[in-house]
Amino acid sequence: MALNEMHAEAVAGVVDRVVARYRRDPSCMVQILREVQEACDWISPEAIDRLQATLGVPRTKIEGVAGFYSFFYLQPRGKYRVLFSDNITDRMLGNQALIERLCNSLWVEPGKVSEDGLVTVDTTSCTGLCDQGPALLVNNRAIGRLTSDRIDQIAELIRGKVPVAEWPAEFFAIDDNIRRSDILLASELQPGDALRAARARAPSDGLMASNMRSWREGLPTGLGGPAALLDEIKRANLRGRGGAGFTTGLKWEACRNAPLKAGAQRIVVCNADEGEPGTFKDRVLLTRQADLVFEGMTAAAYAVGATRGFLYLRGEYRYLLDHLNGVLARRRAENLLGADILGIPGADFDIEIHLGAGAYVCGEESALIESLEGKRGTPRNRPPFPVTNGYLDQPTIVNNVETFAAAALIALNGGDWYAAIGTKHSAGTKLLSVSGDCARPGIYEYPFGVSVRQVLEDCGARDTQAVQVSGPSGICVAPAEFDRVIGFEDIPTAGAFTVFDTSRDMFEVARNYVHFFQHESCGFCTPCRVGTSLLKNLMDKLHNGCGSPYDFAEIEKLNQLLQAMSHCGLGHTACNPVLDTIAKFRPAYEQRMMQQDFTPAFDLDRALAEARQMTGRDDAAAHLSTEHGGAA
Amino acid sequence: MSLTFTLDGKTVPFTEGQTILQAASAAGVFIPHLCYHPEFKPHGSCKLCTVKVNGRQTASCTMRAAPGMDVESETEEINAERRALTQMLFVEGNHFCPSCEKSGNCQLQATAYHLGMMSPHFDHFFPNRAVDASHPDVLLDFNRCILCSLCVRASRDVDGKNVFALSGRGIKTHLIVNAKSGRLADTDFALTDKAAQVCPVGVILQKRKGFAVPIGERKYDQAPISETVTEGK
Repeated sequence: MALNEMHAEAVAGVVDRVVARYRRDPSCMVQILREVQEACDWISPEAIDRLQATLGVPRTKIEGVAGFYSFFYLQPRGKYRVLFSDNITDRMLGNQALIERLCNSLWVEPGKVSEDGLVTVDTTSCTGLCDQGPALLVNNRAIGRLTSDRIDQIAELIRGKVPVAEWPAEFFAIDDNIRRSDILLASELQPGDALRAARARAPSDGLMASNMRSWREGLPTGLGGPAALLDEIKRANLRGRGGAGFTTGLKWEACRNAPLKAGAQRIVVCNADEGEPGTFKDRVLLTRQADLVFEGMTAAAYAVGATRGFLYLRGEYRYLLDHLNGVLARRRAENLLGADILGIPGADFDIEIHLGAGAYVCGEESALIESLEGKRGTPRNRPPFPVTNGYLDQPTIVNNVETFAAAALIALNGGDWYAAIGTKHSAGTKLLSVSGDCARPGIYEYPFGVSVRQVLEDCGARDTQAVQVSGPSGICVAPAEFDRVIGFEDIPTAGAFTVFDTSRDMFEVARNYVHFFQHESCGFCTPCRVGTSLLKNLMDKLHNGCGSPYDFAEIEKLNQLLQAMSHCGLGHTACNPVLDTIAKFRPAYEQRMMQQDFTPAFDLDRALAEARQMTGRDDAAAHLSTEHGGAA
Repeated sequence: MSLTFTLDGKTVPFTEGQTILQAASAAGVFIPHLCYHPEFKPHGSCKLCTVKVNGRQTASCTMRAAPGMDVESETEEINAERRALTQMLFVEGNHFCPSCEKSGNCQLQATAYHLGMMSPHFDHFFPNRAVDASHPDVLLDFNRCILCSLCVRASRDVDGKNVFALSGRGIKTHLIVNAKSGRLADTDFALTDKAAQVCPVGVILQKRKGFAVPIGERKYDQAPISETVTEGK
């Protein structure tokens, strides 16, 4: 019998323990499923039986949620679940050969459970270790800097059934690779100082914040702090660091002014679902500056009058959980979280950490809130927006990790200080996650306004052909544009900065990104669900050497449709990498064209590949000669 | 003062809280849609009902009407996009109208006719989807599912049963039923359920009732879909 068969009673015991810890609250479904799976290796029908009984929710809801997230398994998987990060940077560092090596060594096919139930080897979207790839996750623990030797060691440990917890610690060492520090990364903030500064600050004349409500409705007046802090955030001209660049002060003010229903509270959510391929700065901020982030969240709670906070941490960063919970515990002990923070009566706020489970779309704020509520991570219909109707229909702000860290410094030093850094339209600094073809990949913190050329020089990039800024949903910058600058007025970015030298095939870069979007589309709306698959098929058609100008027109049409009809940003941006690379690197596409007009996608010989595999044949007689089938 | 907005140049009245689609239907103006049903909370997923509001595209089933809105619906541009969405739904599943019991009563087929869809255009996905014939009275043919979630909403909100849900993600999104076995026979689903009545395509079919009305005399054979849809019908 497979190793991951547990007795029904044992499964029930696990489920009961987990469900009790989450107070039988179905809105914690994603967390409950995660913990059940961590104990049982998969979410078996028996586990769902027990969840249904103890949570009182229908089986369809449990299976619907579990089926949405890549890291939840409704079918038995191996005792060891190896997921190779499959970002373009991992590919450039040779992950394909390493996957093959591990599969051969363990006698397992990618995506399938080994016959003894011991192991599965599969791929996953970017795991945020692009500066130290190729990378993989084994049972949610991250391993970077893979080499053939390391792969052989891993195969040996799996064959020997050594528990992952007993694997050599150096396997799991993650480097911060901080190459350039500025105000955020160099901050030596003493926990509590920013909050004390915010409280002490009296509202200035010409107050920009529109009201004087303090932490919680009904508090005695005379506390100028919350309104004054909001004022400083506005003065700082702080804009969201998640990529969209919404003005933070406006968001906070809208939440603060949103009416509260009886029994409701305001919510602060930190979006640490850093899923954009090529981005890893939040990982480093949370590793090195967790206090700064939590202090920023607490300051935000102070400004908007929130009493409950969440950090939504991507599942790929599971290994940061103990560290982050430790920081939260210390802050509670120091009275920086909990009841009457810093002795301010009624100043109650605490933060809990929720983990994602492998769904990029949950980085979209309303999808993130759905996931926090224990549902499928489908973006909501808007309006209404989260600032009025967010978590459990309560006023909610969702901000990026870096935004909160910046907010803490603004609380400490004031808005004018912050606004003086960077450019006129882009105040402050930006963390760039630099990876790809350069000598010094890692984290670079620059004041806004730095040129692409400067970053390339600093990171030791040579013969650069292109830089993908802000990941697949961002833009592809060609050498003629290297004097453009990072900032909301020119190239806005969530922080990914992926470098490609002249040896790289930009078509394959775009194809990797298209596969990413297809994998991560939530499937809610027709244009994105079907359109990303059609786009993937078109790119694979070109890859297979069957491309034609007709296909360019098809891509252009799909782009228009996805832009116009998609439900959220994922669909809107899914064609970007293709359109950008067609515009700027057309020869990479043209060399794949077999005919001038039209070539069908169907290739008879390719269609027989499965039959060849089943019969174990690959000789000449098992192939058909075709007019156009190019090399795969 | 009565509230109005403009739809393709025509003045349409609405009441507070109505969506664009609801107000249009009440005024007898047809906007193509598949996942919308007047008796259920709008879902906003099929995107067929997309219109341009003040130049910006949005789903009319979820967008509340507001005074003075300038809404475009019947334009060549928008209808071309709707046609492409319909084609996407056709190639995503396995739709063979000539042999389908729902032919003539099918909203997907009728919408395709309405939009002048002459071919599927895109390459077919030909997904492998099993049928579920376990239930004594009802056949589930998932090949035709367009993921509109009307059965999900009907079972949850009207029948109070939660027989159906969507699981999976992306192109692998699929309908599931509320049974450990995954079979409809092992749920409390009944032919009298609201959920048995709402499928706009041919997934949920009554057994032993095939072709009771001959093809040629069915709902959309009588009149095109654009003439059959008014609020509440």
